[in-house]
Amino acid sequence: METLEHELRSHPFLGDLAPAYLTLLAGCASNVEFRAGAFLFREGARADRCFLLREGKVALEIGALGRGPIIIQTVAAGEVTGFSWLLEPHVWQFDGLAIEPVRAIALDGQCVRAECEKDPRLGFELMRRFAHLATSRLQSARLRLLDVYGTAHATPH
Amino acid sequence: MQPLTDSVLALRPWLDRESWRVAATRRESHDTITLELEPPVGRTFSFQPGQFNMLYAFGVGEVPISVSGDPAADGPVRHTLRDMGAVTHALGTLRAGQQVGVRGPYGTHWPVAEAEGGDVVIVAGGVGLPPLRAAIYHLLAHRDRYRRIVLLYGARTPADLLYPAELAAWRGRFDLDVRVIVDTAAGDWRGDVGVVPDLIGPAPFDPAATTAFIVGPEIMMRFAIRALTQAGLSDEQIFLSAERNMHCATAMCGHCQIGPFFVCRDGPVFCYRALAPWLRHREA
Amino acid sequence: MEPIIDHGDQRMIARDDLDQLLGAIARRGFRLIGPTLRDGAIVYDDISSSADLPAGWTDEQDGGHYRLRRRDDEALFGYAVGPQSWKRYLFPPTSVVWRSGEGAAGAEPGPPMAFIGVRSCELRAIAIQDRVFLGGQHVDPIYAGQREGAFLVAVNCGTAGGTCFCVSMDAGPKAESGFDLALTELLDGGRHEFLAEAGTSRGADVLSEVVGRPAGGADTRAAARVTERTAASMGRQLDTSGIKDLLYNNFDHPRWDDVASRCLTCGNCTMVCPTCFCFAITDVTDLAGTQAEQQRSWDSCFTVDHSFVHGGPVRASGRSRYRQWMTHKLATWIDQFGTSGCVGCGRCITWCPVGIDITEEAAAIRATEGDTRGDT
Repeated sequence: METLEHELRSHPFLGDLAPAYLTLLAGCASNVEFRAGAFLFREGARADRCFLLREGKVALEIGALGRGPIIIQTVAAGEVTGFSWLLEPHVWQFDGLAIEPVRAIALDGQCVRAECEKDPRLGFELMRRFAHLATSRLQSARLRLLDVYGTAHATPH
Repeated sequence: MQPLTDSVLALRPWLDRESWRVAATRRESHDTITLELEPPVGRTFSFQPGQFNMLYAFGVGEVPISVSGDPAADGPVRHTLRDMGAVTHALGTLRAGQQVGVRGPYGTHWPVAEAEGGDVVIVAGGVGLPPLRAAIYHLLAHRDRYRRIVLLYGARTPADLLYPAELAAWRGRFDLDVRVIVDTAAGDWRGDVGVVPDLIGPAPFDPAATTAFIVGPEIMMRFAIRALTQAGLSDEQIFLSAERNMHCATAMCGHCQIGPFFVCRDGPVFCYRALAPWLRHREA
Repeated sequence: MEPIIDHGDQRMIARDDLDQLLGAIARRGFRLIGPTLRDGAIVYDDISSSADLPAGWTDEQDGGHYRLRRRDDEALFGYAVGPQSWKRYLFPPTSVVWRSGEGAAGAEPGPPMAFIGVRSCELRAIAIQDRVFLGGQHVDPIYAGQREGAFLVAVNCGTAGGTCFCVSMDAGPKAESGFDLALTELLDGGRHEFLAEAGTSRGADVLSEVVGRPAGGADTRAAARVTERTAASMGRQLDTSGIKDLLYNNFDHPRWDDVASRCLTCGNCTMVCPTCFCFAITDVTDLAGTQAEQQRSWDSCFTVDHSFVHGGPVRASGRSRYRQWMTHKLATWIDQFGTSGCVGCGRCITWCPVGIDITEEAAAIRATEGDTRGDT
């Protein structure tokens, strides 16, 4: 437990939470490892865990008929895989593939949500961080929607 | 009004085109090629990183193309260009041994001297890398004058990444931090997927002593500048290369103006501080 | 023996002796170009004598309005300015700038030109274009070739045009410098004479070959009254105080939408403006593709293509293009070249099909500065 708390504190995503909250969350946490090529989660499956990456890289992928898997986002050490576990319908939207050996802290979704119900302040702190992550992903997606490298918008030379 | 003096008439006439020989061509990606051009015998050509030449495709037209080679090297002068229209298409079909019209170099250059003593962050998007490559050569040739050098480079897909061999060589160095990102990739890509501005926050540089050089699609540059500003850089520390329609390249035809600036003469490299008030207005 | 004429000296020339002046210039190998009456307008064209000048005509000018009217006298220069300026001779509307096998082209060969009847605003406009084409790191050889040796005979305006505002732009009506000779037409009480002033030794040289008498105090005062009267009867006025910052700070003013609803982006204003200098290069080949030429022609920032970069124009809307033209003319030009780009000749007002008036637009923005569209 103590080690997990320490690991949570050293992870950039939640590290600045109040120590009491980190202790609480440590109760929902476990260390996990994935070898390169293993899936952390699959599209359509129940999103029951949140992964805070400590080492390695995860690709968010989608299989496309006739085109092979397409990577739409990579997540690096120090970052968080996503937020599908936090809100209804708790279903993963994409595959999460370890493209390098991954070591992460997994937070059990049900456990974390229960702690948030008990202490709304904790809920707010987590929501704030995930809202920030979501907007960051949204901006990245919007920028790519603009297809700035396409012929219409690229710089020449 | 000044009477015309001999000294006025002795200045260079603006259309001083020479015929250069194509020494070699190299395909960089499906729509991008590099022309290696040799000036006429006896003519020495020198340029500063960030400057451009006007390349003339016989009977088709003339376009500004950044010089993307090493300013300190001898040998053919490299220009990387993307097939975007009639002229670049014609230039892209040239073969070794053929002739191309060249005049230049024109414009302002990256402030490589002023950046000494601090970190340098180079942000390149798509075909924005060629004009920055000339600066990278200079920085590496004088490596001990700079602290950290970081290259953040993005393209649409892995197949669109330019100079892959050079990128690999740069990544192998201990004194250069190279981070590459693509908009989207097939499953076999082991690099990052996302947008270039996302690379800026995590990049290691000291905002108090950093100069940033940015070239890329205009929207990408705006988001990159926002990310740099959020990371603590002031407008004076950010330099970008702007692009506008050019015919004369000598501040006479009027096409390349952004506000009071002629991109051909006061740019293409600008300090963001000077351009910011004009870029803020749509359709300025 | 003729008295020696010095630069600055003034002489009175009778109207009937004016051809001596023109003849003296022509004898020196110049091609005479001056105002002529054609197509219901006064246009600059080749002349051979004063008989070619539009004697007894004046012009009636207002927004989108130009008419010639007969005067009740035979003044040779009793009008303001026509649609064209001397720009069409110094910076021809089209020229070849490069030919394969020959390289860059210079000016068309031909005798040097003498411009007869250059208004003060036009002298200022020529000085402004000198800065553009000759004052930078590079020189335009066609402009230099046409300009070099050009002989300028200025005329001090005796009539202010309906759209003139040279006084506001400090560009007239009296020609102060930049001429070889300056004439003021004095037509009163039965006399018809010209007060001629030499502005260069070349001009003095020409003047010394013309019959005339030295100008006296009464003549000088009469000439001064002519330009004073003109200055007092300007058709328009433009407040230039702080105009650069005014336009820099009002990029989103709703007035731009207002003018955009009227502007046809036809580009007439840029064609008639004596200082507009934008040009486009067009590439031409023969059918076999073995010979190529590059042609230069006047361009206008009102065209959609003017600001084209890959994918589309920077200035797509008419609003942005009108704003570009006016802001360049009155504001950014100052940062670029140290002077205003406008000389107050009024041509853009007269020749705008819908009568858009640059002085009115500037005044409207000044009156309500700080207003924004709100949504941008």
